[in-house]
Amino acid sequence: MASLATGIRGWLDERFHLDDLKALAQKKKVPLHRYSYWYFLGGMTLFLFGVQVLTGALLLLYYRPGADEAFESVQFIMTQVQFGWLIRSVHSWSANLLVFMAFAHLFSVLFLKSYRKPRELTWVTGILLLFLMLGFGFSGYLLPWNTLSYFATKVGTDIPAQIPLIGHPILVFLRGGEDITGSTLTRMFGFHVAILPAIATFLIALHVGLIQWFGMSLPPSVEAEWHVDPGKKKEIRFFPNFALRELMAWYVALGLLGALAALFPWGLGVKADPFAPAPAGIKPEWYFLFMFQTLKLIPAKLLGMDGEMLGILAFGLVGAAALLVPFLDRDKPFRTRRWITGFACVFLGYMAAMTVYGWVAK
Amino acid sequence: MNNHRTVTVVVGSIAMLLTVTACGAPVAAAQTKNSCLDCHSSLPEPLGVSVEIFSQNIHAQKGLTCVACHGGDATSDDPEKAMSRAAGWKGKIERKQVPELCASCHSNADLMKKYNPSLRVDQFQEYKTSVHGQLWAKGDNKVAVCTDCHGVHDLRAPSDPRSSVHPTNIATTCAHCHADAEYMRPYGIKTDQFANYEKSVHHEAMVVRGDLSAPTCTTCHGNHGAAPPGVASVTNVCSNCHVFQAQLFDTSPHKAAFSAAGLPGCVTCHSNHDIRHPTDEMIGMGQKAVCMQCHLDGDAGAKQAVAMSDQLTNLASAIAASEELLNHAQRQGMEVSQAMQQQEQARDALLKARVAVHAFNDSQLKRDTDAGLVIARQTHIAGEKAMEEWRFRRVGLGVSVFAIALAVLGLGLYIKNLEQK
Amino acid sequence: MSSGSVAEAGEMQDGKVPRRHFVNILLGTGLLASAASFLYPILKYLVPPKLPDLGSNTVLAAKVADLKPNTAKLFRFSTRPGLLIEIAAGEYRAMSATCTHLGCTVQYRPDLREIWCACHNGMYDLNGRNISGPPPRPLEAFDVQVRGDDIYVRRKQEA
Repeated sequence: MASLATGIRGWLDERFHLDDLKALAQKKKVPLHRYSYWYFLGGMTLFLFGVQVLTGALLLLYYRPGADEAFESVQFIMTQVQFGWLIRSVHSWSANLLVFMAFAHLFSVLFLKSYRKPRELTWVTGILLLFLMLGFGFSGYLLPWNTLSYFATKVGTDIPAQIPLIGHPILVFLRGGEDITGSTLTRMFGFHVAILPAIATFLIALHVGLIQWFGMSLPPSVEAEWHVDPGKKKEIRFFPNFALRELMAWYVALGLLGALAALFPWGLGVKADPFAPAPAGIKPEWYFLFMFQTLKLIPAKLLGMDGEMLGILAFGLVGAAALLVPFLDRDKPFRTRRWITGFACVFLGYMAAMTVYGWVAK
Repeated sequence: MNNHRTVTVVVGSIAMLLTVTACGAPVAAAQTKNSCLDCHSSLPEPLGVSVEIFSQNIHAQKGLTCVACHGGDATSDDPEKAMSRAAGWKGKIERKQVPELCASCHSNADLMKKYNPSLRVDQFQEYKTSVHGQLWAKGDNKVAVCTDCHGVHDLRAPSDPRSSVHPTNIATTCAHCHADAEYMRPYGIKTDQFANYEKSVHHEAMVVRGDLSAPTCTTCHGNHGAAPPGVASVTNVCSNCHVFQAQLFDTSPHKAAFSAAGLPGCVTCHSNHDIRHPTDEMIGMGQKAVCMQCHLDGDAGAKQAVAMSDQLTNLASAIAASEELLNHAQRQGMEVSQAMQQQEQARDALLKARVAVHAFNDSQLKRDTDAGLVIARQTHIAGEKAMEEWRFRRVGLGVSVFAIALAVLGLGLYIKNLEQK
Repeated sequence: MSSGSVAEAGEMQDGKVPRRHFVNILLGTGLLASAASFLYPILKYLVPPKLPDLGSNTVLAAKVADLKPNTAKLFRFSTRPGLLIEIAAGEYRAMSATCTHLGCTVQYRPDLREIWCACHNGMYDLNGRNISGPPPRPLEAFDVQVRGDDIYVRRKQEA
């Protein structure tokens, strides 16, 4: 057995210089300091994405897109396919955990200032990945074609329609027409299983590649400390020490997903009926709630302009600002870093408060 | 020259305008000239008949005027000419004259064919056979004549929902007299029928839900030939819709027994006007049971009644038990929609059993209830399977969490070992 | 600094080798057991269930051998009952079996060659049209397709 393994290794090494790769891998280090635990979040996000890809591929074996069959195929998965309930519930729960983890990762990077030079592009690809994850969530939500998802999609696609000039074309692009129909389902399916994954693969490769290229970032305070007293510097090897710890975390995550799936299986709901009136209190999924609730609270007319449109433009501005954070963090004309941290705190608090508010509001 | 021309044009135009208006008026008003309505529409009660009311009248819509019933001359605006005896004016039509007046057209097949070939022309014949008709022939002035039910000047087609003889309104129309205790005193019949009917399932179907196929007074009593069905024929009337129940009843020992005792079929247990939704409690020897009316505790009939009651109760509670289990499984997050649909079949079986009761034979009923019990058993098993699966998932979760815990513990210790050196 | 390598086999340090051995066994067992607990459901999932899923629009109502001319069969059409009638050799009609009056399940009457509802004596013709009694509307008609031995019933497709 051992000689077979050695034989294979030798074969590969002759062609791919495995030993060089191994040496490179051994060099990868992770700094050890009071903020080191936050380093786990990125890998956790990647792991959850992997879970989505695996469970998603499995679901694809039985799911049928199309207004006639989508709901029934999900029902089939939940009731007839062996462990179908498990795969589907894990997929739904992991989707929510993934979005949460992506936000957590974003905020930790933001507060630990890992976006600084030279890691600006890592940040930009990361923000783009966050948008992608939200897109995954939005497109995937419609796929079971039940009442909740139908109307949540309706409300959700109505919002960008408010943007002046390009709003209506965006709505038609998202819906595959003027209204939510089977064409919308087909389109969202295409986004969810082909277009978004293709873009995501590319961006993830870029993002992870950039991380390997630049190594782990040190928070400014730790950097300063270690600069003053080099003796305090502590590092562990990524392979195997950090990797094994990350594996532990991933195992725990897997256990949590299994527990959630078994104890709180994801519901089927009722098949969507476009002619039925919207149920009262329709809301989007929790990760869109803060935006949804904000738009609900904005008065109809603000400064003489349509309130909802202003709200959407405001969110657009925030998104653009998020993308440009590394470029906004500068010393001239004045030190912006504290301001960035301040805004980040306020925004995080706002998001959390609005999410809770949106959840409890009728 | 110009002035002359202008005057001619202006005067000519005015003349034309007046002519057109004068010609237009009668065209705009009605197809046929109805001088009666022209005056009487502005008179107060009791001589007044408004244009709106008369326009709803089915006879007016077919082109008839007041003259058709009252005689006279509708083309003349002069009251003396319009209401002259010479022109055949009859004045106010007396109640006792109404049936023959209406029949003068409505029993004339050749005439009625011109308006609607499928209309019946035997209403007057039927009326003469009815209790109303017989009393009328004897000179009774209080009894119902055509206009009492159909209306007079506002007489609409029976298919019009606003007509007093539209199925949804018939009971109210009959009740005008038949619910008036004072009015009905000379006849010595009860006046609680409408009040009872209002509590019934049939009223709920007809008036509340708008199901026009539900029975109203005329369905069982007839309309023109109105008479209560005789004791022997009540079952025939009900069996027009409730076929199975009547057929089974006819095979049962009750048929002969009721005939001998002079008891009407269905009515004895279900009442005639106050027909409520039957319940399982009506069978057996309990407090609400109808069997108690005749049977004594322990007699052959009572034994059967108790047996049948038990069978129905068994099936009903089996279905309820399955329902509870399935609901519980569903609340626990298990998918049981197919079993819930199967419950429909079990409920169908219970419905069938409740109909089969009318054969009053407990061994026959057992076949139907057993069929239902089989389905209820199946749905219960489905519910049990769902809860088994529920438990299996938790056990499986426990196993995998344990395995994960081992792995995590192993990793932790491994790392510790690794870093001890 | 940890070296990252497992202790060389054979090196005796007080209690460390058996302990290390125990840890390796524990880790190996945990990894294997957890891997098995993930793989087992996935492998089972990959095996398709016996009942084919045809969606809500088509249903296998009966086999050709189940029916003879002038006989009928009740079948399940997603959530509601359906009625399949063989009116002549090889000629079928299918329609909803839910009476449009108050929802009872109708039945075929071979003696009358009509469809009858036992609840209130409603009658429908072989096209599902309500011809007598309380029912206010016809029964919803379905398409029938025979493939070999199987009779499939499908909801009428909109043009």
